[in-house]
Amino acid sequence: MNRLGIIGIVIVAVFVLVALLAPFIATHDVGATDLLLRYAPPSAAHWFGTDSTGRDIFSRVVFGARISLEVGIVVVAVSAFFGTIAGAIAGYYGGWVDRFLSGYIFNVFLAFPGLLLAIALVAFLGAGLNKLIFALCIIGWVGYARLIRAQVLKVREYDFVNAARALGAGDLRILTVHILPNAIQPLIVQASLGMAGAVLSEASLSFLGLGVPPPAPSWGVMIEEARDLSTLQAAPHALIFPGLAIALTVLAFNFIGDGLREYLDPRQRRR
Amino acid sequence: MKRKIFGVLRRIGFLILVVWTVVSLVTLLIELVPGDPATAVLGDQATPEQLAQFRARHGLDRPPFFFGLPIDENGHRHLRWYGLDNRYTDYWRAILHGDLGASFRTEQPVFDLIKSRYPYTIALALVSMAIAICIAIPLGVIAGKNRGTTTDNGLSVLALIGISLPSFVIGPMLVYIFSVKLRWLGGYGSENWTFIILPAFTLGAALSAILTRMVRSSVIEELGEPYVRTARAKGLSERTVVYKHVLKNGLIPVVTVLGLQLGVLLAGAIITEKIFGWPGLGLLLVEDGIAKRDYSVVQGCVLAISTTYILANTLTDLVYRWLDPRIRVS
Repeated sequence: MNRLGIIGIVIVAVFVLVALLAPFIATHDVGATDLLLRYAPPSAAHWFGTDSTGRDIFSRVVFGARISLEVGIVVVAVSAFFGTIAGAIAGYYGGWVDRFLSGYIFNVFLAFPGLLLAIALVAFLGAGLNKLIFALCIIGWVGYARLIRAQVLKVREYDFVNAARALGAGDLRILTVHILPNAIQPLIVQASLGMAGAVLSEASLSFLGLGVPPPAPSWGVMIEEARDLSTLQAAPHALIFPGLAIALTVLAFNFIGDGLREYLDPRQRRR
Repeated sequence: MKRKIFGVLRRIGFLILVVWTVVSLVTLLIELVPGDPATAVLGDQATPEQLAQFRARHGLDRPPFFFGLPIDENGHRHLRWYGLDNRYTDYWRAILHGDLGASFRTEQPVFDLIKSRYPYTIALALVSMAIAICIAIPLGVIAGKNRGTTTDNGLSVLALIGISLPSFVIGPMLVYIFSVKLRWLGGYGSENWTFIILPAFTLGAALSAILTRMVRSSVIEELGEPYVRTARAKGLSERTVVYKHVLKNGLIPVVTVLGLQLGVLLAGAIITEKIFGWPGLGLLLVEDGIAKRDYSVVQGCVLAISTTYILANTLTDLVYRWLDPRIRVS
């Protein structure tokens, strides 16, 4: 894999470790306020300084990694699972099944721009972590479905599929044993880019007040609380550190996605 | 010719089908509200009379769809057929007359609210697209011409950083630097034309990064074509070759991406408008709709944004067919 991909893996590994070991790494209680210590700049006691209510930003960023990665992993796993099923069915059976699924259902979901459907869903369902994950899965699965459909369309024409059919293998067996293992490679790239997207979407929805409710240390919530002009003037670090955490995580997953794409497609390697 | 007309008609028929489904989904979204929408809007202190009056005014006392599963006196659910007399048909009848209902809070017609905010969002999206194109074309050409060099790699990393930096991190920082510290540009609101620059740049940053990558790979691909050799052999300057010949062909795929990205811009505008207090559809959706639980405003905004996106996509598709005759045939 290229150098940037390796850098991405290292950054993601650090974030995963931080998320797993959060209680040991955090230096303060994430909810503990200290009104005498508002807007404190970074120091030995508070590595990333404190926010408008004197909470320790470092500890909150550390625990925020848990929320971001949890949302990312669940959203990518669930959407990839359902997307793969839908895409495999559309690609394998073709005909009216494909016309209905990829021609109609996929396109209806793609007709909502970007985050809009997720925003609308959470607006009506009410805010909360589980509802946010549900909404992100609803908008996420189509990307995987389209990808797998295109792959299956290609792989099902190969000779070994015909051979399996001639030997009497059923549809389910042909799909799961012969086609999907040969179709799934690009899914890894998509999943890695999907992690970047999910982390960004979680932060965006939390920023809009549609994600994890405020006392929780979500990076998006921290930025929302730090973006008013008085806080920005007194303590720009309250915005910069969670902002850096989001940017680094998203960047790392994008690096990995790009690196994997290049690695899996040798034609692109020397470009 | 016949085939061409058939293709366009099919595209339009499909467009109508998708719009119908999207509108239907949005009208039914209110069924997702946990509990009773009237209580959610008026609060727990509302008297039963107030609740009943509110429901009657907004049609919430009527059955939501052609059929339903209401609970009877014994607590059992039964399938019941309501016929044409339901809220879904009400909604459609109203939409076809240009009526999107009244705001749950202010009683203003949602259509008028959207009409007054719509131009702001379109202006923001178009200006950010323009900014993104102005950044992406020169950078993409430079990267593509110097493929594999340090300049190219540096620009690729810069583009990835641009994609990864969320608008709600860049936005407040830009306000702080250019509006509060330097006082060059407007920050929060829409008092004069300078107020559009910061939000448009924030919104366009990610798009410019995506476009730079596209222009780069387009330029690389086109530079390998025989016509480039011919143009160079004619003695044309490298500048003319790249900007007159290569870009003209290389920009066709970029046009498609622009159309698709308009949706990302429209959705991204929701966040950008909140950061900068830009009075477009996004701000209407977030501050008047979601924050105040004004569900009819939310429905109206979601409808306006998604239909704009669908129309823009269809238009891009048609323009793309017209630009590239190869697609018309297949």
